[in-house]
Amino acid sequence: MKDLGAMLLGRAAFSELAIGNTALVRAMIEGGARVVTSYPGSPTPEIAEAIRAIPKDKRPFYFEFSTNEKVALEVAFGAAINGHSSVVFFKSVGLNVAADSFVQLALMRILGGMVVVLGDDPGANSSQNEQDNRHYARMAAIPVLEPATAQESYAMMLEAIAMARRTMSVVILRMTTHVCHAKELLHFSAWNDPPLDRAPRFDPDAANYIPLAASVAPLKREALARLERTRLEFERSPFNRVLSSSSRRGIIVAGTARLSLADCLEGVCGRPTVLELGTVFPLPRGLVRDFLAAHEEVKILEELDPVLELDIKALAYDAGLKTRIIGKVDPEELIGEYLPEKVRSILEATWPGLLGTTKASTVAAPAAIARPATLAAVSAPAILSAAALTALPARPPQLCPGCGHRSAFHAIKKALAGDDITVADIGCHTLGYLEPYRMGRVLLSMGHSTSTASGLSIFNESRKVLCFIGDSTFFHAGMPGIVNAVYNSHNVTLVVMENGTTAMTGHQDHPGAGRNFNGESPKIPVRQALEGLGVTNIREVDAYRQSELESLVRAAVAESGFKVVIARHPCMLKLTREARRKPGWTARRVTIDQESCSLARLCVADFGCPSFQRCGDGRIEVHKDLCIGDGSCKQVCPSTAIVDDKGGE
Amino acid sequence: MGSPFNIYMTGVGGQGIGLLAELLARAAAQAGLPTKGCDTHGLAQRGGIVSSHLRLGSGAHSPLVEAGRADLVVALERCEALRALRTMLAPAGLLLWYDASWQPLDVRLGRARAVETEDVFAEAAARGVTARRVFREDLDDPRRQNMALVADIAGAGLIPGIGLEHYRAALADLLDGSALAKNLAVLEGANP
Repeated sequence: MKDLGAMLLGRAAFSELAIGNTALVRAMIEGGARVVTSYPGSPTPEIAEAIRAIPKDKRPFYFEFSTNEKVALEVAFGAAINGHSSVVFFKSVGLNVAADSFVQLALMRILGGMVVVLGDDPGANSSQNEQDNRHYARMAAIPVLEPATAQESYAMMLEAIAMARRTMSVVILRMTTHVCHAKELLHFSAWNDPPLDRAPRFDPDAANYIPLAASVAPLKREALARLERTRLEFERSPFNRVLSSSSRRGIIVAGTARLSLADCLEGVCGRPTVLELGTVFPLPRGLVRDFLAAHEEVKILEELDPVLELDIKALAYDAGLKTRIIGKVDPEELIGEYLPEKVRSILEATWPGLLGTTKASTVAAPAAIARPATLAAVSAPAILSAAALTALPARPPQLCPGCGHRSAFHAIKKALAGDDITVADIGCHTLGYLEPYRMGRVLLSMGHSTSTASGLSIFNESRKVLCFIGDSTFFHAGMPGIVNAVYNSHNVTLVVMENGTTAMTGHQDHPGAGRNFNGESPKIPVRQALEGLGVTNIREVDAYRQSELESLVRAAVAESGFKVVIARHPCMLKLTREARRKPGWTARRVTIDQESCSLARLCVADFGCPSFQRCGDGRIEVHKDLCIGDGSCKQVCPSTAIVDDKGGE
Repeated sequence: MGSPFNIYMTGVGGQGIGLLAELLARAAAQAGLPTKGCDTHGLAQRGGIVSSHLRLGSGAHSPLVEAGRADLVVALERCEALRALRTMLAPAGLLLWYDASWQPLDVRLGRARAVETEDVFAEAAARGVTARRVFREDLDDPRRQNMALVADIAGAGLIPGIGLEHYRAALADLLDGSALAKNLAVLEGANP
């Protein structure tokens, strides 16, 4: 396991404990994918981490992080129409970025085949919404395979690659967060490194690649015919299974809801028949029709939107079936992940008494822990104190100790009036909307900030408008809005929070970093890019220099037109992790000189570094496990009570 | 084997729950137990609540532990120990926690009371579940608090079917060099 790369390249069949994302990489290798692209976004970055574990010269495929999802998809498309099997992967909302090109794919003859791996995020664990990308599949006429387990992810990825190649088209593998990250003992097949065919096989005379006006209809006709051939294949797909039982009741289920359902039905007598669908679009109509016809009542259990439900109800109508089809009843059934507890409550509402009383006893049975006798002595017989702890405080994510964004928010807040408007973008700095900063109060999508701020500035002479963007997002989708702000002279101040990396998703490099996934690359400095886009009013400062940043922002917002302030500081989480690996590293910390502390508590109340903890008596102390000794907090204290901790350890 | 043994791990982003979860899963696999699990990745790693699920034995389908059905909750932080005690622990389950405190924002802002060690014991007692506190004064590196928990799990045999040799082998599978030596030292420390 230590050498993940060598393991992934192993020629013989093997088994290993790994997550779904890692399984996809083995499937890419075995399946013969040759070009793989991505833009980082949860829940998919671990796919790239597994790829990174394979040394570049041993990788059987080319991989890049592209500047955004649309670019990544286009690079994969270009490679595939040249004959190379390609894969692109990104998070759920990444498909919105890629959509303009994505919706064209089914019209194209994709010689090498192409797989789009979507990391959908039901429950919005790490996303701005929980959109159901199966809708896109219908719009774009692209088939979808949806695994429920890590092992199935591997099997379906292999099939997706093979099917895309076979049909010279595109296939979606729809992963969801808890499939990407599900861990189990995985069984992989053998692999024999076939030679790479480098020949560029693009042939614009063999197929039409220009969908324009009159040529669209024949291309669409072919795309629909291909989709119908795929449906016929799906009717016999091993990824769809009927778990037999002799019930009048049936359940049609897909994705991780399958697993939650299986948990809920464990040990239940008189369980419904279950049809598990792995090929979720196009619907295997014959299989579903037969299943409906064999049951009096069928519940459709699908996470998020009623995509299968609407198809199935239409199918039943057309077939004249009398089966009672139970779709989503409560709006809550459209929201959030279908965790085991959610599926349990849906089943109880659908068929009261189905899960019976046997369940509680099955689960409550302690799984035979041989508890040591000493355990009893460990429990302290204290009394539950008052009602003070009825509700536990929430724990929202926050900026790390030493984060340059914290210094920036602290300084910029002082430069603005209370009712000035601040616009957030996507990245770690989005967390500035939380207390105590309250900076960046509206968020749509990657790169939206400058344009949303521009709109907020129209007719607005009283409230200054300031927006934020991180450096990776600047390159991803930030530039068109900036060009527009220059072009149309919007009265906006943009603060570029430049930390040199794509921090939130795990420190991937970006075009301003001087490195790409595969090594050194020409650095595209944000400042030069801004100048190239026609921005003339640019200031820059290290974010730790709080008073200087404050006065620069004060000056910028007082001027008219489009202004940029670059607030730069390297990501301290990345920097500290790297420093710790070097020999001779010693921990640094600050401490509070309790003699000088005036209990103004700006360190917790305004600056909000999590290292500052409040003692029961109201004093503030520095948490030894959290503080990294960066010292950016010292300038915040009015009584200069924050000092370097000379005590060490 | 009957119903699976469910373990829910929780803590604050940055506390090292990733290694803890990977180590327990690998130890289980070393012991030959059917193993399913799932970690939190992404946004929550920035100082929010992180959790990890592990289900051992046959009969587990979802990698996620159902709310209120964890046989063992392993928490790296006191407030999160109490939270998981309320939401995830089964009526006859066991709570094991490392008694570090990373105050949530509202506590630091003086708007909420901090959870004290006694609060955890008291609520566990009120609910009739066993609570087991771990705290090691001798740890020089907070990144090994997770290993202090594993040492306790191994020493007291809190996960059925997994022995010290399995934890040891799992650790050797994950780390090497001085990191392995230092973590092994913490692991062995609880097993005189």
